[in-house]
Amino acid sequence: MARAATTADVFNAVAEPQRRAILDALGSGERPVGELVRALALPQPQVSKHLRVLREVGAVQVRGSGRLRLYRVNGPALKPIHDWIQGYERLWSDRFDALADVLQELKAREGARP
Amino acid sequence: MTSTGTATVTLPSDEQILIVRDFDAPRALVWEAYTTPELVARWWHARRGEVTSIEIDLRVGGSWRYAMTTSESGFEVAFHGAYRELVPHERIVSTEIYEGAPEHEAVNVVTFAEADGVTRLEILMQADSRQTRDAILATGMEDGLQDALDLLEQVASGR
Repeated sequence: MARAATTADVFNAVAEPQRRAILDALGSGERPVGELVRALALPQPQVSKHLRVLREVGAVQVRGSGRLRLYRVNGPALKPIHDWIQGYERLWSDRFDALADVLQELKAREGARP
Repeated sequence: MTSTGTATVTLPSDEQILIVRDFDAPRALVWEAYTTPELVARWWHARRGEVTSIEIDLRVGGSWRYAMTTSESGFEVAFHGAYRELVPHERIVSTEIYEGAPEHEAVNVVTFAEADGVTRLEILMQADSRQTRDAILATGMEDGLQDALDLLEQVASGR
């Protein structure tokens, strides 16, 4: 089976609620696995598994700091998700521009009434 | 006071989307344009295709259905729901179901507020989960509505 595009992988990776929670927890900065386990109250193997998925799609990055491995959010990989909101905003802007045109006509009609 | 410009989209909570825009028109006219099928057909397409059907039974318990064919792929997308609350010229509460993922539902609260002849239209969408909310947002993705809808179906089926 063909491998899905990278962006689709990111979307799939973050569609899972626990992985969203991990990204939220990393939003404030780098953290080791142990802190994530405590913050999310999940078993360590599960957190490690989610981190592996997130790393595979580039949503998080890791660096070694002594014996501690620190995880952080990789902003550029998550850009497609920010683009969701922008794309959705454009959709409604275009829709409302068309609505504004209709309203101009209705106003002209009202103005034309005696 | 300027009344035109883009819609602003914000995410008040994990399951919500808020869309706001001001229109240079009294709210009676905005209400009319928002609830009259022949008028909705002229703006709901968002310049992304052709509206094929707008049905509005504007009474509490009445149903609505909007459908359009997208110019990009030519396939039809349709949404439907029911009216839960109606305050003429002020407020509409309705359910919304995307027919490609009918097991998920959003509740939309639309408010019309007028000041100095300018009407602020607000649409607050409350999805049944964060995944549904995100799938709704994904329908605006520039890389193609088809991709977004594929994604929505994936999310909806829990994969």
